[in-house]
Amino acid sequence: MLFNTGEILETVKMIESENFDIRTITMGISLRDCAHPDIEVLNKQIYEKITTKAKDLVEVANKIEKQFGVPIINKRISVTPISIVANACKETDYTSIAQTLDKAAKEVGVDFIGGFSALVHKGYTSGERNLIKSIPQALATTDRVCSSVNVATTKAGINMDAVLEMGQVIKKCAELTADKDGLGAAKLVVFCNVPEDNPFMAGAFHGTGEPETVINIGVSGPGVVKNVVEKIPDANFNELADTIKRTAFKITRMGELVGQTASEMLGVPFGIVDLSLAPTPAIGDSVANILEGMGLEYCGTHGTTAALALLNDAVKKGGSMASSSVGGLSGAFIPVSEDQGMIEATKIGALTLEKLEAMTCVCSVGLDMIAVPGDTTAETIAAITADEMAIGMINKKTTAVRIIPAPNKTVGDEVVFGGLLGEAPIMKVSKFKADKFVHRGGRIPAPIQALTN
Amino acid sequence: MNNNNSQERAVVTVLGSDKVGIVAKVTATLAEHNANIIDISQTLLDDLFTMIMLVEVSDLTNGFENLNEELEAIGNDLEVKIMLQHEKVFRYMHRI
Repeated sequence: MLFNTGEILETVKMIESENFDIRTITMGISLRDCAHPDIEVLNKQIYEKITTKAKDLVEVANKIEKQFGVPIINKRISVTPISIVANACKETDYTSIAQTLDKAAKEVGVDFIGGFSALVHKGYTSGERNLIKSIPQALATTDRVCSSVNVATTKAGINMDAVLEMGQVIKKCAELTADKDGLGAAKLVVFCNVPEDNPFMAGAFHGTGEPETVINIGVSGPGVVKNVVEKIPDANFNELADTIKRTAFKITRMGELVGQTASEMLGVPFGIVDLSLAPTPAIGDSVANILEGMGLEYCGTHGTTAALALLNDAVKKGGSMASSSVGGLSGAFIPVSEDQGMIEATKIGALTLEKLEAMTCVCSVGLDMIAVPGDTTAETIAAITADEMAIGMINKKTTAVRIIPAPNKTVGDEVVFGGLLGEAPIMKVSKFKADKFVHRGGRIPAPIQALTN
Repeated sequence: MNNNNSQERAVVTVLGSDKVGIVAKVTATLAEHNANIIDISQTLLDDLFTMIMLVEVSDLTNGFENLNEELEAIGNDLEVKIMLQHEKVFRYMHRI
């Protein structure tokens, strides 16, 4: 046979029993040419552009799924940060734009649309100010719109005014969606060093350096990696890293193939493969379980950071060999509510907010999908965010905070979002205040690492 | 997808407990759709019946998706898993 039976069965098994899938095909669309002083005209132009450019996206994705026999879970769209597109508008409330994005997303049948976003790491323009003020209402009145705000970079430092404001915005988002456990806050991410080509939600947007339209792919395969790790319980670290590398290579190759094919079929340039290991709430499709497979009793115990560092690095090494267009976040994700192993580790008391913070130093994103008590103050959320931004800024990496102060809930309770967003036990936050610190105002200066020229 | 001249191939994988008529039904369906079988192999993997076929799908009478659906339906009838996947999947994943 022209193919090796073992190879074919390995691939089939990955898909059939190890939850291997393409997590997302995300089409990036520039909306910069839609700008108009009249918000109604702007909305009309945005709707037309999205529904024209992305009209075949879902159909093509379904075709590819059939052809390759690999599930493609999400079809998504990312657009130019709306703060830029709407900056010329006389209207200061951008909620209607979010509603337009939602309508367009539903029309073309995508699961999420990202880009209700602003980049304010060094300061605000009027458009960014308006956008951030519109976020709570925008997320409360839409289903598929995702929002992100970049408040820090290694080059600019941390905009602490924005950090504090986002603390308040997150609180408001949760309050306005109290009937759904604060779901609004689950669609909002605060970033440091945000990538412009990330296909994953909630942080996807179409950056200003991107072409008119682009196809980005996010792969997923924690279940596959977990299985290979569990198969070699006695292997030393070299062998372990090597095995993960080889698996990451295979997973990423599929992303590359799907991306190339989608790009060809849609006539849209291929952007990047994001080789992140993105877990789902499905049993076994868990990053926490991979770490436990390496020999930890529970994710979150001592040794977790080292295990995650090894995993993250091996995934990158394998993935970078598999594609010449690796981008986005590309690492291991640790979203608590979306990872069955993390949920269990939290419930049993092994995984805490402090440990998660340490873990974010060595993996791809940050404090992701973490539910905290509803009475957590905006100042405390801002302080948690500031810590996370500092980790990103100093280590020249992306970090993010997606935290849900679940209304009327406290430690011991749970929130349930359903679908890929999953469910999460409420995590404890420190009872000691940082109010005076986060109210100082101004910017934490760019670190010495910024002076690279 | 390059649908012209070049030969396009796909891999059919059948997994499940062995039953009378699996090969007959699958090959009959392939023939109906004008899918030429290039190679075929059968093995037992952990007591699981495994058949892998390499077929040519350049001149399918009714398209790739229809063939895929029909094979899936046969699989459901026979209580085995049948998958049709373009050969590119395997070439990409295991070869550079």
